[in-house]
Amino acid sequence: MVIVEFLIKLAQGFGIGALALATGLLFGGIGRKIMARIQRRYGPPFTQNYIDLFKLFSKGSVSHGWAFDLGLVAGFAPMLAALMFLPIGPFTLLPSDSSLIMIVYLMMMAYLGMAMGVLASGNPNSAIGMSRALMLMTGYEVPFAAVIFSVYLFSKTGYLTQIVAQQAGGFMNWNIVKMPLGFLAIEIALQGMLGEKPFDQAIAPAEIASGPMVELGGKYLGFGMIQHSVGLFLETGIVVDLFLGGAPNFWIFIAKQFVLYFIVILVDAILPRLRIHESTSFFWKLPLFLGILQAVIVIIQGGVLNV
Amino acid sequence: MSEWTEIVDYFRGRSMWMLHYCTGCGAIELPPTMTSRWDMERFGITPMATPRQADILLITGYLAIKTLKRVVYTYEQMQAPKWVLGFGSCTINGGIYWDSYNVIERLDKYIPVDIYIAGCMPRPEAILDAFVKLKEMVQKGEAKGYEKYVKNYEWYKANQDKVLKRTSPVLKEIEKVTKIG
Repeated sequence: MVIVEFLIKLAQGFGIGALALATGLLFGGIGRKIMARIQRRYGPPFTQNYIDLFKLFSKGSVSHGWAFDLGLVAGFAPMLAALMFLPIGPFTLLPSDSSLIMIVYLMMMAYLGMAMGVLASGNPNSAIGMSRALMLMTGYEVPFAAVIFSVYLFSKTGYLTQIVAQQAGGFMNWNIVKMPLGFLAIEIALQGMLGEKPFDQAIAPAEIASGPMVELGGKYLGFGMIQHSVGLFLETGIVVDLFLGGAPNFWIFIAKQFVLYFIVILVDAILPRLRIHESTSFFWKLPLFLGILQAVIVIIQGGVLNV
Repeated sequence: MSEWTEIVDYFRGRSMWMLHYCTGCGAIELPPTMTSRWDMERFGITPMATPRQADILLITGYLAIKTLKRVVYTYEQMQAPKWVLGFGSCTINGGIYWDSYNVIERLDKYIPVDIYIAGCMPRPEAILDAFVKLKEMVQKGEAKGYEKYVKNYEWYKANQDKVLKRTSPVLKEIEKVTKIG
């Protein structure tokens, strides 16, 4: 019986991965369409990302050694692992009472894995791009951590399913109403996590030839695209669970994720690229201030120190 | 098996990523083709930053012998299937540089060109027309320049070597010449 349960879990895990990939690619395609309409273009069909992925896997590809191959897998696997702890609608594959910490940890691992892979290619552009990506990470992770800290103090648990359950019963119970400053901070951090403008220094195509992706071609670039799409699903999914009250079913979950991504695209469409030190210092000023202010408010309101 | 090839070819035609090698003057026609006025992204064609990621190599205009060397490197770094698009009359017969000592006349002798755009300058409409034509060729499985290059590599290599040896330094023994006294 244990084996049957294990096999069912395994199949569900594959299902969640495929679902996250399909949703992430769809979001990317719709995002390209929206961006085109903002620029008064017709734009590609919204299925364009699926076509691109299919084409990439039908192309030949060049490897740069075993660390390069391993790094791409190591960049992609933690994202999938983190998905297993994320409540998607009412469904969580692996319920755990420390799922929030687990997800934050695994998300960071994914970027380090990708760093190992692309640095093995030895291309100076990918080294510059990766150093920018990691520097940006030291920027947005700090306000992100401050917000996670506030949610922890507010909900008194790291169990994401329970955090979602505490927000049940209508709009006024959502954490976005109870912790608006924290939501603002995490929304700005999300812009950095997804690498959209003004925080797209890591993949600046005209400047450092698309940075980390410079030596990726064919199937390798396909894996990079998969990683980005799954990351998009995961990162918007966390914000939905933390602040927008989760969702009763999968479709509402996707709709809430899309609202977050839509805001990201709109900001992306109107802002130019910052320099890397400007964006890091920006993350350490406004969003961090908002996050810490939120934590202080939660502490004073909830009387956490008295417990 | 042939149905699978047809499906693959259909999607390859719908998603072509372009690397533009813009040392010629034709580069100026590309920004309007990419942006709001003519919008080539609606055909699934996006500019890419490196040869590893690209499917189309767009050669805009004349190629000096020294830049030909870089084009050959770039072409060989791209992953099959790959297509070359010769842009402007300079890639067909040398254009206004037909009698120049350091500009090649026919690009087709050095790397296989799948489709040419004639004109000096071709307008963005002509470029889009070529992209659509190339898409049809790819979907029918007619654009096989990369296979031609592999099959006739000796011929292409001989042609490349013949012109590239002219780029070697004029002064053979530089130390001896620049030595004082």
